[in-house]
Amino acid sequence: MANIIKKGILSKGLRLPENKISESIPIRKLAIPEKVLILLQQHFGEPCNPIVARGDKVKTGQIIADSEKLFSSPLHSTISGTVTSVTKTLNPFANNIVSAVEITGDGEDNWIDLKPEPGVKNICDKLNEIYSDCLDKTQGKPLDLNESKGNSGELKNLWDMLKKAIEEIPNEELIKRIKNAGIVGLGGATFPTHVKLATTKKIDTLILNGCECEPFITADHRIMLEYGWQVLAGAYIIFKVISPEFVYIAIEDNKRDAIALFAKLIEDSGLGQKFRVVSLKSRYPMGAEKILIKNVIGKKVPVGKLPMDIGVVVNNVGTSKAVFDSLSTGTPLVEKVVTVTGDVEKPQNFLVRIGTPVKDMLSCCGELNTGKTKIIMGGPMMGNAIADLSFPITKAVSCILLKHFENIQEGNCIRCGRCVNICPMNLMPLIYAAYAKNSKYEVLPDYHINTCIECGSCAYVCPAGIPIVAYIKTAKSVLVGYGK
Amino acid sequence: MENKKHNNEQEIKNKDAKNVAFNNINNSDINISSENKKMDISSDDKKTDKISESKKTEKPNKSSFIGKEALLISHSPHIWSGFSTSKIMYIFLISLIFPTASAIYFFGLKALWIIIASTASAVLTEFIIKKARKKKFVMDGSAMITGLLLALTLPPRTPIWMVVIGSVFSIAIAKEAFGGIGYNIFNPALAGRAFIAICFPVEMTSWYLPWDFSVDAVTSATPLSESFVQEGSKAALYKDMFFGNIGGSIGETSAFLLLLAFVFLVIFKIIDWKVPLIYIGTVAIFSLIWKEDVLFQVLAGGLIFGAIFMATDYVTTPVTSLGRAIFALGCGLITFVIRKFGAMPEGVCFSILIMNGFTPLIDRYVLPKPFGFIKEKSKAKAKS
Repeated sequence: MANIIKKGILSKGLRLPENKISESIPIRKLAIPEKVLILLQQHFGEPCNPIVARGDKVKTGQIIADSEKLFSSPLHSTISGTVTSVTKTLNPFANNIVSAVEITGDGEDNWIDLKPEPGVKNICDKLNEIYSDCLDKTQGKPLDLNESKGNSGELKNLWDMLKKAIEEIPNEELIKRIKNAGIVGLGGATFPTHVKLATTKKIDTLILNGCECEPFITADHRIMLEYGWQVLAGAYIIFKVISPEFVYIAIEDNKRDAIALFAKLIEDSGLGQKFRVVSLKSRYPMGAEKILIKNVIGKKVPVGKLPMDIGVVVNNVGTSKAVFDSLSTGTPLVEKVVTVTGDVEKPQNFLVRIGTPVKDMLSCCGELNTGKTKIIMGGPMMGNAIADLSFPITKAVSCILLKHFENIQEGNCIRCGRCVNICPMNLMPLIYAAYAKNSKYEVLPDYHINTCIECGSCAYVCPAGIPIVAYIKTAKSVLVGYGK
Repeated sequence: MENKKHNNEQEIKNKDAKNVAFNNINNSDINISSENKKMDISSDDKKTDKISESKKTEKPNKSSFIGKEALLISHSPHIWSGFSTSKIMYIFLISLIFPTASAIYFFGLKALWIIIASTASAVLTEFIIKKARKKKFVMDGSAMITGLLLALTLPPRTPIWMVVIGSVFSIAIAKEAFGGIGYNIFNPALAGRAFIAICFPVEMTSWYLPWDFSVDAVTSATPLSESFVQEGSKAALYKDMFFGNIGGSIGETSAFLLLLAFVFLVIFKIIDWKVPLIYIGTVAIFSLIWKEDVLFQVLAGGLIFGAIFMATDYVTTPVTSLGRAIFALGCGLITFVIRKFGAMPEGVCFSILIMNGFTPLIDRYVLPKPFGFIKEKSKAKAKS
């Protein structure tokens, strides 16, 4: 189709076994948990301060923590019930202690009064009717796209009305809504979306990141298939706010159905002039922001700069959907699609409330293999293994992976150069490992250690089995201690 | 202290975790903070460090839960390619079958004895030294490669005791004295060869023609020696040199089989194909400039053998692609200079050893530019 651009590889990339075993399993809603624990820093930036106290009654969607700082994002109660404690807990990933609010549910899930944008909501219901027929819910596959229900004239009309309705809302109002909905980048970096959108810099490109380059994870893929039109409409909202010249929806070519679906959606909506689907080769780490920008538009983000400095904004497809939901239904970000996969009997894609303990999700996936198992929050390349099954889902998590533990013997570096050849950021991982082993951390900034994105490619290919990423993370945290 | 930080695997016992997760989901009494306290965190260091060895004595109560209720944590990434050092070494060893076959085919049982003596004494030396240093001996194939490579660079009638001396020197001095695999500065096989070439110059320059198994065989010259007399047409000479029917070290004569090994190594992505090409290309270009016989210079001596198996050694060559290209260029230049102007007829061995010495220097100054670093540099220039 005319809307698809195929791209070759412009950066170094690693071929990984994909293992997307939950690819064709539709998203299921997980039962409302009895208890949630909401960490008060789930985003990049300043932590929030709790505005509820123990014993308070809260409703679903009510703001329970906020901060006055710009680089922050409010947090909402994800169930209705009573605040049972406002405690501090260890966040093993950020290596710090964060405040957390624990809410015990009343089992009713009473929402606050949602304030959807009236103009948008009506159109939304109609579009939803049409598009929900396009997906085969049992098979999890989109039906033949050319036979979509409703004639194309009606569809086009609806899209035009939707676009008009969105355009009538002023930008400030949209950004305020996105901020109040607590939307952050759902790809994992959790950069507050409203900060991205409120930029005063000239933005010429918006990229929607649907790459999902990590093995096993299928959450974004399912979002694209099941909430495709919401994703596109969300992209249109962002497009309206930052008014870029082009919008690229970047999808790896192992998700052909999603590429076809978006090409069709762009055709339906008549956005073909500015919107394009970009089909990228499936290489790891294609979904990393800087690598993605390089591959889509060929520009490099300078070291220490943000993509917006070169006029690019990247948003995850999940974020885009959340942006649209905050307008069409008025719901804040309280739910997230999370894949549970790996060595489980029944891999699943769940729509879960943020703050749900991991064990609640695992219980719905059948018998678990006991023995030496790691439970990993995130993908196999960058995820963190957790030691505590009651750890809650945060906004950054998109996968729970169960993986058999394999012991890798660490040998001597044989200087084969594989890590140097594979490093997407063009660094020298072997040097980091060698110096970190001898605790000579202070020389590492000279070798640009802070440019490392910790993608794990080097440790994956290392024939000596050296945990290079572990050394790099150690070195980075020691250097932070030095104040470098 | 530091070793503690580097524990890449920590096994964490969580008494309730699994039970809670798998059977008793509705049990909501568990308080996260108290559960954290309950955890019995103990580290299991897989490295053979002093600290971990002292820890091993405290182990017994720990091993009891491994595999039962333990939740394991480790650093990302949680998957591994599985393409390990020993796999690389064994694929390299398989590629060495080609020159080994040519050695036995052209130089008979004598060559086989050299190969066996060299390989066996290399592995044995490594084993003894590892035991003496109280380190774990891993049969990763690297000692076998060193022994085999050394054997293949020796003349066909090298006395066995000399082979053993070279092999022991390779492993004991050139490799293990520097710290073992990954730490040696000079290519161990070439260092061993250089050592015996200096100690026993007569034996190391006595060349015999292939299939000449008689006791009183006359030494002949390799094509590179000044005393080499060309018999027959040039085309016949090239043909002999290409297929290996010529005097020389036992493994280096057959260019054809060496090229097969090269293709094999490149297919399995063990070596960088650019290095041998640049090395041989440099020699060819300089030969052309000095009006030497280019094809002769390329086919003669150990150039192809050294370019494929020695100049591509991981440990003793630079790590970056550009660094390796510079290394190969330097090797080619020095090889040509020694051949053309030096006292010795052959320069491959010493050229690679000399460039090995330059490797740390090249690695220090030839660094890849980090992604997105170019702009900042130009800005800094503009500011100044």
